[in-house]
Amino acid sequence: MIEKKNKIFNLFLTFAKIGLFTFGGGYAMISVIENYCVGKKKWITHDEMMNITVIAESTPGPIAINCATFVGYRIAGFWGAVFSTLGVVIPSFIIIFSISVFLNNFLDIVIIANSFKGIKAAVGILIVDAAVNMMRKMPRRLFPVAIMLCSFITMLLIDIFSWRFSSISMMLIAAVISLMCYSIEEYVKKERKRK
Amino acid sequence: MTYLNLFFAFLKVGCFAFGGAYGAIPLIRDAVLSHGWLEEEKLTYLIAVSESTPGPIMVNLATYIGSAQAGFWGAIVATSGVVLPSFCIILIIMVMLKKILYNQYFQTILTGLKPCIIGIILATGVQLIINNCLIAADNKIIAPKAVAITVFLFVILVIYRKRMKKRLSPISLIMISAAAGIVVYGV
Repeated sequence: MIEKKNKIFNLFLTFAKIGLFTFGGGYAMISVIENYCVGKKKWITHDEMMNITVIAESTPGPIAINCATFVGYRIAGFWGAVFSTLGVVIPSFIIIFSISVFLNNFLDIVIIANSFKGIKAAVGILIVDAAVNMMRKMPRRLFPVAIMLCSFITMLLIDIFSWRFSSISMMLIAAVISLMCYSIEEYVKKERKRK
Repeated sequence: MTYLNLFFAFLKVGCFAFGGAYGAIPLIRDAVLSHGWLEEEKLTYLIAVSESTPGPIMVNLATYIGSAQAGFWGAIVATSGVVLPSFCIILIIMVMLKKILYNQYFQTILTGLKPCIIGIILATGVQLIINNCLIAADNKIIAPKAVAITVFLFVILVIYRKRMKKRLSPISLIMISAAAGIVVYGV
């Protein structure tokens, strides 16, 4: 019992450290988590870490939360998962909450306001850069490329004409289309086999 | 009511944000603009702040937006909303449904979903760049200073990648852009 409590406390501290010192979100965190959980603490194996990465990429939500929940549950069951997740969240919650209290006054200072005018340009570029990086890893086949182009163009049109259509609806449509294409493909394959 | 709205808006983000923070930004933008919680300009600032502070970017954005709308409890509610879905999904997967990940229908959905998300992210980035280069989003006048900074940052990004063979970190680009902003717009 005491041993389990120690484990949970250790999980909480480790993930709090990860949450406190990792900048840049998800993918930066995966390498830090690997460093702690596989290298230093030996909580999980390298293969399990690969599994976590796949799971985190194919499930929604913050990647760090996915990893923390996985490792926490693996090491100390439900409460391990709860406390690892809390560990990742609490440091950034405290930091951002404190910032949120004075950010508005901060932006009234001329030099800060002007630097943020520059930063605004960087944010768009960072997002485009992230998308380009994901595109490089995408399989170069007709189906994914077509879907990507369609969603890109539709999103731009939605913004230009201010239609009311959420990105979530578009993702659902993409899911349905890929299921339909898959079923058609399977059907054609079966037909060919029969001949 | 604000608490409920915040919770459900971020629960939705948490349920559909595939691909990490950048996948979440378009969804958060949808939610924030449709509820009128923040203007686009403020949201862009927040994204920069979230990238330059430690921790998961989605959690940072949820905490700030929640706090700006409804104080401390707003921040708690929004953050729980964004965290709960992935927490529950991972638990369910670990406890009973490990196989679902390798299920062919699930994998098929992902093959269509991933490129769709990349398209959405790319469009969001392009929209932010275009809106930033106009003096105001509704009158279509180009702001030359903003265009200059944008081009400058793009050049730095490309040169860095060519020379160093790796990506310039988001924080470095944000620092450079802040300096550029001060140089161009004055102190």
